[in-house]
Amino acid sequence: MENFPVFTDNDSQDSPTTLNLGPTHPATHGVFQNVLQMDGERIVSGVSTIGYIHRAFEKIAEHRPFYQITPLTDRMNYCSSPINNMGWHMTVEKLLDIKTPKRVDYLRVIVMELARISDHIICNGVLGVDTGAFTGFLYMMQHREAIYEIYEEVCGSRLTTNIGRIGGFERDFNEIAFRKIRKFLVDFPPVLKEFESLFNRNRIFVDRTRGVAPVDAETALSYSWSGPLLRATGVDYDVRAMEPYSSYEDFDFEVPVGTNGDVYNRFLVRNEEMKQSMRMIEQALQKLEKEPKGVFHADVPEYYLPPKQEVYNNMEALIYHFKIVMGEVNTPVKEVYHAVEGANGELGFYLINDGGRAPYRLHFRRPSFINYQMYAPMSQGMLLSDAIINMSSLNVIAGELDA
Amino acid sequence: MGKILNEEIANQLNQKFEEHVSVISEPSDIFNFETSRDYIVEVLTFLKTDLTLQFNYLTDITAVHYPEREKKFAVVYHLHSFTNNIRIRIKVFLEENDVHIPTATTIWDGANWMERETYDYFGIEFDGHPDLRRILNVDDMVAFPMRKEFPLEDPNRVDKKDYFFGR
Repeated sequence: MENFPVFTDNDSQDSPTTLNLGPTHPATHGVFQNVLQMDGERIVSGVSTIGYIHRAFEKIAEHRPFYQITPLTDRMNYCSSPINNMGWHMTVEKLLDIKTPKRVDYLRVIVMELARISDHIICNGVLGVDTGAFTGFLYMMQHREAIYEIYEEVCGSRLTTNIGRIGGFERDFNEIAFRKIRKFLVDFPPVLKEFESLFNRNRIFVDRTRGVAPVDAETALSYSWSGPLLRATGVDYDVRAMEPYSSYEDFDFEVPVGTNGDVYNRFLVRNEEMKQSMRMIEQALQKLEKEPKGVFHADVPEYYLPPKQEVYNNMEALIYHFKIVMGEVNTPVKEVYHAVEGANGELGFYLINDGGRAPYRLHFRRPSFINYQMYAPMSQGMLLSDAIINMSSLNVIAGELDA
Repeated sequence: MGKILNEEIANQLNQKFEEHVSVISEPSDIFNFETSRDYIVEVLTFLKTDLTLQFNYLTDITAVHYPEREKKFAVVYHLHSFTNNIRIRIKVFLEENDVHIPTATTIWDGANWMERETYDYFGIEFDGHPDLRRILNVDDMVAFPMRKEFPLEDPNRVDKKDYFFGR
């Protein structure tokens, strides 16, 4: 028994131990594999293996008309699929040069900001779970459910929403949806406040997160980080502010930034972003009152699916429906790149259109994929328990990572 | 600093690289130009370090396969200048039998996985890349699936035949 080796943090073993963290591990929240070389509790080096749920979306997209690509985008960042859906629809609108009415833009802002909140709820809640505090997660999760109920009123589904159409929405928001949005605006801020009071100055949480995995702005930019991660390092890059889409220029909001890019900073930036999103939703509701009622899509019959009632009773509507579904409408030959601020970074769509039925090439600039590549290099010298927390604070969604 | 214009970028590039960069006339939403692989690293470095342009952020690297064209592959770089808030797109066209291009990992660390993904999809060889392996597909795959000749589905499948409507 006295020969049994006992390693403490300071002892070094003769050779590093190989540890497979993942592909399925309860602490990694998704299919991520990292083969780590461990020296006791410390990580010497690591290699990330990704692609476990690669579904070849870019290849499939080359064989699908525009409307059939929306469900593919759902399945990338499935924690905030409306942002992906609308990002894609706006890319197509950019290609087709469609100008959407202001009311559509504001409705989109409401749904996109709700999606951002639901994404941040999960990320920050799970970060709490990983540091040993389950309560905050459950508190917040109730309100993600409230957001999903709003999606249900707007489009009928919850997780993979497939929300909206090219040019707007498939139907107008009903009164129940607006009532639920207003209720959420009242209910959520006190819960967020309570959540913050549970964590922000919690000794255990602060000890576990502050100074863990700090990243300076230069490194973050060199690794093409974006979203809350980049803002936590102090760079105020937000697509909504720099290249406003969907009338974000009409809104008054702030871009929260951190200082040293550690896990604690990322947590604070996300919390602050939720508050800013609430502000934007409130402003959007106010702006909607001044817009003409009942406008929920642009007037583009060549690209916007006609109402079902007309499809069944009207010859022209049936023809349009068929042409749109089969991708037989004329589209310009053009290349566009459109970026939206996804919940975890710049989500870009690079679309090359040759006028055919499907895109000639569609490339997704996926923030999770690009943000995650720093994970293995930055884990060097880190404690394993810190590396786990670092991973949950990166908010990497496996579906988006692997596409 | 005011917003710089596309012509200004074109002028600067023309002064520095003369005929080695040329503006692409295909319709596009952002400024779009072409260079050759011998100059791509120099062009990228110039764009990143030039004090007025400052294209400090590498948004994306990908490739496109054009089987009908003479030069069948295009490697596409998207850059973003935060100070000027402008995006540009750079393309390098490559021949099918010689798909080599110097790596951009010497300029941006983030180019690493983007180039690995491009290699995985199209088989573009990024010379000097520290770890050019497949990233999303399995290591023992032989084909490059994003090339146009690669079928979406296995044509020998019989379990999904639909004799009435076709597929």
